[in-house]
Amino acid sequence: MSDPSTGTVVSVNGPVVDVEGLHDVALAELLDIGVDRLPAEAVTIRDGVLTAQVYAYTGGLSAGATAHALGRPLSVALGPGLLGGVFDGTMRRLDKSADFVGFEPAARSDQTWNFTRRATIGQQLRPGDVLGVIRETAAIEHRLLVPPNVRGTLTWIASDGPHTSEDRLAVIDDAEVGFSNFWPVRKPRPVRRRIPASIPLVTGQRVLDLLYPIAKGSTACVPGGFGTGKTMLLQQIAKWSDADVIVYVGCGERGNEMADVLDELPRLVDPRTGKALMDRTIVIANTSNMPVMAREASIYSGVTVAEYFRDMGYHAIVIADSTSRWAEALREFASRTGQLPAEEGYPATLSSALAAFYERAGMVETLNGHPGSVTVIGAVSPPGGDFTEPVTAHTRRFVRSLWSLDRDLAYARHYPAVGWTDSFSRDAERLGPWQVAHGDPAWSARRDQALALLAEGDRLRSMAELVGSSALPDRERVVLKSAELVRTAVLQQSALSPNDAYCAPAKQAALMDSVLQVHQRCLDLVHTGVPMSLIEDVDMSTLSRAKDAGPSDDTTAASKARDGVIAQLEVLR
Amino acid sequence: MDLHAPPIEYSDVRSVEGPLLVVRGVTDVGWDEEVVVALDSGELRHGHVLEIDRDLAVVELFEGGEGIKPDGVHVAFLGSPIRVPVGEAWLGRVANGRGEVIDGGPPLIGMETRSVAGRPINPARREPPRDPIITGVSALDGLTTLVRGQKLPIFSIGGLPHLELAVQVAAQATAPGSSFRVIFAAMGITNADADMVRDALDERAERNELALFINLASDPVVERILVPQLALTVAENLAFDLGHHVLVVMCDMTSYCEAVREAASARGEVPGRRGYPGHLYSDLASLYERCGRLRDRRGSITQLPVLTMPGGDITHPVADLTGYITEGQIVLSPAMQGRGIYPPFEALSSLSRLMRNGAGEGRTRGDHLPLAAQVFAALARAREVRELEEMVGADALSETDRRYLRFATAVEETVFGQRRDERRELDSTLDLAWQALAKLPRRELTMLPDALIDNHIPRGVEVQ
Repeated sequence: MSDPSTGTVVSVNGPVVDVEGLHDVALAELLDIGVDRLPAEAVTIRDGVLTAQVYAYTGGLSAGATAHALGRPLSVALGPGLLGGVFDGTMRRLDKSADFVGFEPAARSDQTWNFTRRATIGQQLRPGDVLGVIRETAAIEHRLLVPPNVRGTLTWIASDGPHTSEDRLAVIDDAEVGFSNFWPVRKPRPVRRRIPASIPLVTGQRVLDLLYPIAKGSTACVPGGFGTGKTMLLQQIAKWSDADVIVYVGCGERGNEMADVLDELPRLVDPRTGKALMDRTIVIANTSNMPVMAREASIYSGVTVAEYFRDMGYHAIVIADSTSRWAEALREFASRTGQLPAEEGYPATLSSALAAFYERAGMVETLNGHPGSVTVIGAVSPPGGDFTEPVTAHTRRFVRSLWSLDRDLAYARHYPAVGWTDSFSRDAERLGPWQVAHGDPAWSARRDQALALLAEGDRLRSMAELVGSSALPDRERVVLKSAELVRTAVLQQSALSPNDAYCAPAKQAALMDSVLQVHQRCLDLVHTGVPMSLIEDVDMSTLSRAKDAGPSDDTTAASKARDGVIAQLEVLR
Repeated sequence: MDLHAPPIEYSDVRSVEGPLLVVRGVTDVGWDEEVVVALDSGELRHGHVLEIDRDLAVVELFEGGEGIKPDGVHVAFLGSPIRVPVGEAWLGRVANGRGEVIDGGPPLIGMETRSVAGRPINPARREPPRDPIITGVSALDGLTTLVRGQKLPIFSIGGLPHLELAVQVAAQATAPGSSFRVIFAAMGITNADADMVRDALDERAERNELALFINLASDPVVERILVPQLALTVAENLAFDLGHHVLVVMCDMTSYCEAVREAASARGEVPGRRGYPGHLYSDLASLYERCGRLRDRRGSITQLPVLTMPGGDITHPVADLTGYITEGQIVLSPAMQGRGIYPPFEALSSLSRLMRNGAGEGRTRGDHLPLAAQVFAALARAREVRELEEMVGADALSETDRRYLRFATAVEETVFGQRRDERRELDSTLDLAWQALAKLPRRELTMLPDALIDNHIPRGVEVQ
């Protein structure tokens, strides 16, 4: 066998396959193996033996099978047709495939797109320049750019009108550019420079936006044991965040959950634009039973797709549920190739791999000079709910926000169960000035006050459990009651209620302000000698119901509830 | 390649170590291929290919390597991963862990065969589960409704009647209005338990609605790995090709995981938490995810895996990984068992994540979801009262608190508690729950709309 791009399989151990005779192959290059042409990636080359990880079930594959090198690293085709689609971890289209996943190559898409030119023959083009546009969905204009590695004179460009994603788009000097172009998933797409992330990503979830905000282009991680509502929270973020493009990566998670997302998304409407949410969403579904190595690839595929839309000047979010399953895929592969295990069997590269993944987030100036961002939000599923395990412990070092899900809150049916003892937001400080400049000067003070109230409330609660709340001084009993109100009237949010699933920033502020103002009034009253027992008899349940009483941007229910409660309090004076 | 050619036999066995056999000189042997090993004594053993390295094949034997002499065996590779016959002929039959019928009836021949590894369901072709399965067990039907296409495990502890509960569900469950079939896969159970299972399920098997796979505690350990795969392959055919709603009960998943651990350790794999291999999550997922509904097909697969938590530890890897994959859990507790309640259902730790899709108007009953939410909330309050009672004594409790205690006792004894052969109608379950709620002051029923309360608890009736 003299062809240097063809080799022979010599050993098979699950998804790990050794190949001999492939000489003209680089590390990380893509192969296809055997008669079924299973996709695989070269992961080590040693003494003429190449070890590959296979992205499919290898049952029936034998020594002696043929392996071909494809001459490119693991890549995804980036072009029109991604939005609204469902893909597996290597970006093969699933929503147009059979009921059971096999190794068949994905069908070619014959969908056409109406193209409008934006560049003229003879024009000097640099990477990132706009060649033309397609109105891909109602929400997103797909800007076709000069790829990062191409520059020169435009010598040919496709005509205005319908084209498929397989068509040729342009010729720049000698380089052909398609409507769809491959990009290696493990290589970050270049940008002009990074810029500070100081614009908030509004998630519509009160506990996040009010207490633990995240900036566009930043990173967050959501650790939580099973049953703490991790997936529910991530789905809420996917539905309601004010990003332009959402890439939802179901990485080693439940099939029925993906079915739920896919069933629900097409019926939901973006509260800000009135457009279908599915139009801005790309779902990558590599459920836990699908090939484990494709799971490893899925988060890179996801972040690459997000970068592609970022380069068009959009704000994209990658939501990865769950990065623990991705880390387990790394561990499984490391164990099969006999790598020396570090912590709990994970390879020593775990922390650097996690860091590199989260580093692909960022607010940037794109190659054509526009701002764009990729925000990365990753779930972590710590075994046994133990937050000291390696994936959780390392991830918290690399992210800017941590939304820690608290089992006790979940147990008390307090959702979203984001706790205030272990969560943090390193973006909060930078986002305060933005809020001031955009009409909410009280934002930082409100956040500080609420956090302080919650912390003191927790301290007093544990004391009250020992001595009984009636043994506490009145001022502290007010704090106890107000902290409880912050929890029930502001932080608890129902994902299932049409009025409450998404909460606009103004309504968030109104709800929190109402509780804080009532709190202040109660403090004043006990200060003037009104006994706490009288205050405790005041019915404050209207405050807790205000969040669900009006639409998602309604602030009047909150202020009416506040006025009602304050009027009752005034009577006590 | 001629698929009908007799398989080539190899006899150059290089080593036997635990369940692993290394065979030299093989050609064209595929990974995961089925293997039959003939001993000199005429005994046949079964296995599959674990690894191929040039002309060496590592074979894992389900029955283990004991008694094998390296120069006294013939190894045949069957040309494809392990396959099992599928079809309705399985219904009414009992098989061992290798899929060989052991009920004295005729062997299953001439049927279509399928690879036991299965192929993953395309997540984009799934249909979200929506319709209930009625088990006749109040704790499940009332508070943790099992939904067609769901995987809902029972978390138990050695000594509790989880097998009895699993058998009761297997014997009684129905999908109202649709054809319903049951596959019961028993792994590592004792002879006495196996007899109990057979007896209790006999009637349903007679009606050709149930198939039973039994791997006994005394059977080869590694064989346990195969049992759920066999059961699910047969179930997939019944559900997705033949249109039945199929319930697969798998008991005990802890025995299955121990077999996986034993096999991994024989292979010299790096152990993870508590010695279980790092791929246990993927391994369990490859079983648990073989359930659900498909968009354009009629049937469904629902799973009820049963596992025992060693030491009652819910953070044990088997329970923990299962919890991450499945859609809720039904928890049994020694405390309830100690009070003589069967099934010893621990309501506050139990949850059916898909219940809100599978219960309510048009599915079970219009009052079901608010009723269940109210029972859960009141039970949570009752637990706080019980803790308080332990600290301050019953005398210090308020009247309301005492009524919460009476409510909790009523729910546990009259709603959860039932006989092992009692099939309780859903209406009775819900009505009993209303009767228990009537023990609370009306103002405490905050999760129920007034009209609903009026319909079920006549005003002025204050139960003491």
